[in-house]
Amino acid sequence: MIELTDIKKVFNAGRPNEFTAVEEVSLSLDSGKVTVLKGPSGSGKTTLLGIIGCMARPTSGRIHLTGPLMQGMAFAPKGAPAEVTSLPERFLTEIRRRAFGFIFQQFNLIRGITVLENVMLPAYPMGDDFKSLRERATRILKDFNLSGKLSSRIEWLSGGEAQRVAISRALINDPAVIIADEPTAHLDTKLSAEFMDIVKRLKGEGKTVIIASHDPIVFDSPIIDRVVEMRDGRISGEHIRS
Amino acid sequence: MGRLDKQRNIIDFTLSSLMRRKARNIALMLVYTLVVFVLASVMFFAQAIKKEASIILKDSPEIIVQRLVAGRQALVPEDYIEGIGKIRGVQSVAGRYWGYYFDPVAGANFTLMVTDNGPAIGKIRVGKGVLRSIRASEGDILPLKNYVGEWIVFRIDGSLSSESELVSSDLIMISENDFRKVFDMPKGHYTDLVLDVRNSRERAVIAQKIKDIYPDTRPIIRDEILRTYDSIFNWRSGILLVIMSAALLAFIIFAWDKASGLSAEEKKEIGILKAIGWETSDIIFMKFWEGAVISLSSFMAGIILAYYHVFFASSSLFEPVLKGWSVLYPDFRLTPFIDGAQVTTLFFLTVLPYTVATIVPSWRAATVDPDSVMR
Amino acid sequence: MILHPSIMALFMSSFLICLLLMYSAYYGFVILRKWDIKSGSEQQLELERRTYLISTILTYVCGFQLISLFLYMFTADILHPLFAGAMCASGALSVNSYGYPTLLLKIFNFMAAGLWLVLNYTDNRAYDYPLIRTKYRALILLTPLIIVETYLQTKYFRGLKADIITSCCSTLFTSESSTIASDLASVPSVPGKIAFYAIMALTVLSGIYLYLKGKGGYIFSAFCGLTFIVSIISVISFFSLYYYELPSHHCPFDILHGEYHYIGYPLYLCLFGGTLAGMGTGVLMPFRKTASLMETIPAIQKRLVVFSLVCLLIFTVMVTYRMATTPFILEGY
Repeated sequence: MIELTDIKKVFNAGRPNEFTAVEEVSLSLDSGKVTVLKGPSGSGKTTLLGIIGCMARPTSGRIHLTGPLMQGMAFAPKGAPAEVTSLPERFLTEIRRRAFGFIFQQFNLIRGITVLENVMLPAYPMGDDFKSLRERATRILKDFNLSGKLSSRIEWLSGGEAQRVAISRALINDPAVIIADEPTAHLDTKLSAEFMDIVKRLKGEGKTVIIASHDPIVFDSPIIDRVVEMRDGRISGEHIRS
Repeated sequence: MGRLDKQRNIIDFTLSSLMRRKARNIALMLVYTLVVFVLASVMFFAQAIKKEASIILKDSPEIIVQRLVAGRQALVPEDYIEGIGKIRGVQSVAGRYWGYYFDPVAGANFTLMVTDNGPAIGKIRVGKGVLRSIRASEGDILPLKNYVGEWIVFRIDGSLSSESELVSSDLIMISENDFRKVFDMPKGHYTDLVLDVRNSRERAVIAQKIKDIYPDTRPIIRDEILRTYDSIFNWRSGILLVIMSAALLAFIIFAWDKASGLSAEEKKEIGILKAIGWETSDIIFMKFWEGAVISLSSFMAGIILAYYHVFFASSSLFEPVLKGWSVLYPDFRLTPFIDGAQVTTLFFLTVLPYTVATIVPSWRAATVDPDSVMR
Repeated sequence: MILHPSIMALFMSSFLICLLLMYSAYYGFVILRKWDIKSGSEQQLELERRTYLISTILTYVCGFQLISLFLYMFTADILHPLFAGAMCASGALSVNSYGYPTLLLKIFNFMAAGLWLVLNYTDNRAYDYPLIRTKYRALILLTPLIIVETYLQTKYFRGLKADIITSCCSTLFTSESSTIASDLASVPSVPGKIAFYAIMALTVLSGIYLYLKGKGGYIFSAFCGLTFIVSIISVISFFSLYYYELPSHHCPFDILHGEYHYIGYPLYLCLFGGTLAGMGTGVLMPFRKTASLMETIPAIQKRLVVFSLVCLLIFTVMVTYRMATTPFILEGY
């Protein structure tokens, strides 16, 4: 479903601090599977995640997307994979909103507004009417046992609750792909295990999950379908389970 | 109505975000309001005074004829009246008696004037400014010293209404005989002449003819007076504005600085919004509304305060500059007057520079990379 | 020079608009040279970010230009008492030869900025920025026009001197400002009205045709331009007379006054808006065959046509209503 061909990302090109984060990465990610990008910090996992999730454009290389989402988009020839590498930001963001949900290492919830508002935010630019959006958000939060916390401030939540709010936010637009960047980095063992349970549930719903992590609880988990190892911006190995 | 809903959602978020950063924005809005207030006060005041002058001058004579000797105003011989009366187009000519009287006790210049239906002999009617400066009221006496040093005592039997205070403040109406007793006005002469013409388009032509017949006269057309007043007040308010341009510039730099110097928290928030799916144009739209809310509230507040200041509190802050040095200070209420042109001008002088100063900083804030929160 | 606050405001706005446009034109040059949509280099990403800035700037410029146009008319109105013989804003504008050219150029620049925004909006809907080069070339062409407008405006205001009393010399002025351009005012009214309605009808018909068949964009656009000119002449020649109920008061600016219920605003705004939208369809016509725009242009054009026709019809209804309901009869004068 997501196909990366010869992706390269360079920062500060032409300057003394030029830095190649990702190089010669070719990857094919199938839908419905859980993939883990494993590697030490500085290996380029985070940058690669951003590129996969249509957040950043690669310096060179191509990205192709296939799936029901691409139908109806003017640049997608019928049936064939759509190349999204050089799309203007407007289009890329539209794809990202619809197809990808992000969970960040530090949750990155916005302080000063309620849990409910945080969850609804990614959908604001979609032009859905407020009421139906609110209902959707409430439903998702209910699924995660957060009905009692709808109007709470972010600052008052426990670690586990914040994690579930972050996941709810990622799900508001019902995306096909969930991307998580070091999701268990700040969690204890119990909460990490809870997180993997949620991933299992999402996989059961048919979602594709891509996780960047160097936590064994994640990459040793039985629900993982594939582990891609990265080092110094390149893919250094791959394990496919079952 | 996806598009409208989208705007509404974003505006909603913008307002809540403004509320969350009250402290930061209040400082900016106070300064903004102050700038608008000062500029608006100057403009309202100048505009209202000009309007006042034009209303008052509506009743003044169309043409006034003065006589100049060696460049100074001299008395007009009465036979000029006949000569001028013969000019085609002149409806009526009449002579006027008036003069300046300096009262050393009050330290002020009064204008003594003779009119039809004037007071009786021994009586005078005075303007409110006169009453204030001699600390008298109706029924009191006012002694005037005449040209040979004798004191003549007059009784004040009426005051002049305050609708025309701007003009009548220092006026003393007096009978013709008394006028001659105070001043050494020779018979057969007037201070000046006043004319009415039949056709207003002919004023300039008639004025020229008067000059042809009597080269030592100076005909003054009422419209010229109006234009002169207009020009003076334009110039005065313009100068004030130029002086305040330094303050305006400081405000703009302050605004630009505030817009550029986003707090770490704000930067993070925008980064998060972009990461979760907001586009650059959505953020720009949000920033636009932020600016609009701040601008509009400060603009309205500044104008309302200025309106109150000028029309109800007599613009205490500016009077000395705008009215000129004047001992006899009319205490009058300016007629509230505000129009689209003034508001638009104020808008261009305040909101426009503010907006321009914030365009680039807002854009910079909005174009942060979506993956910045991940790094 | 007359130091009136409104004049200072106009100088400030023209100066700032010039600055904004020169800044944008500079980046326009950079974009024309270095733009490569296929590239993922940081420079290209930076250029794409920059286009957002320029779009934002031009949007503001268009808005400010419109307000500046109205402020210019207001200022001429405010200043007219200072000039002997000037009865209203028209008189003030005729005091020297820069007054009217500035006004016309302001209108033109507003339209140009608006049309640029139509191009820009269309370009942004496509997935490969097909109009990027055209857009920025147009922007570079627009910049000198704004500079010329600022220059003309400056010359106009610097050339104004109030006819006021000077202290010791003659107070008589032989200068009589020329009155309103009489050639425009002397269009005979019956043929003029027929011409107005005929051209308006043709415009509406071609617009409907464009909407239904998707063809004839150039024609519709040309008619809109023609309608604009004819309407302005008509307002000066006869429509305004119905508002003033005077056979000789041909001023197009006084209908903005409160005593006529500010009717000038909706009239002019509808006329400008309708013309702008209509000409916008014409501006898009050359690009219909571009792959990435094949669906979007017809859709955008449809919306523009509707907006344009609605505005022009409102304008027509307003002036017709006034002519029909006022007791003033023009024919026979």
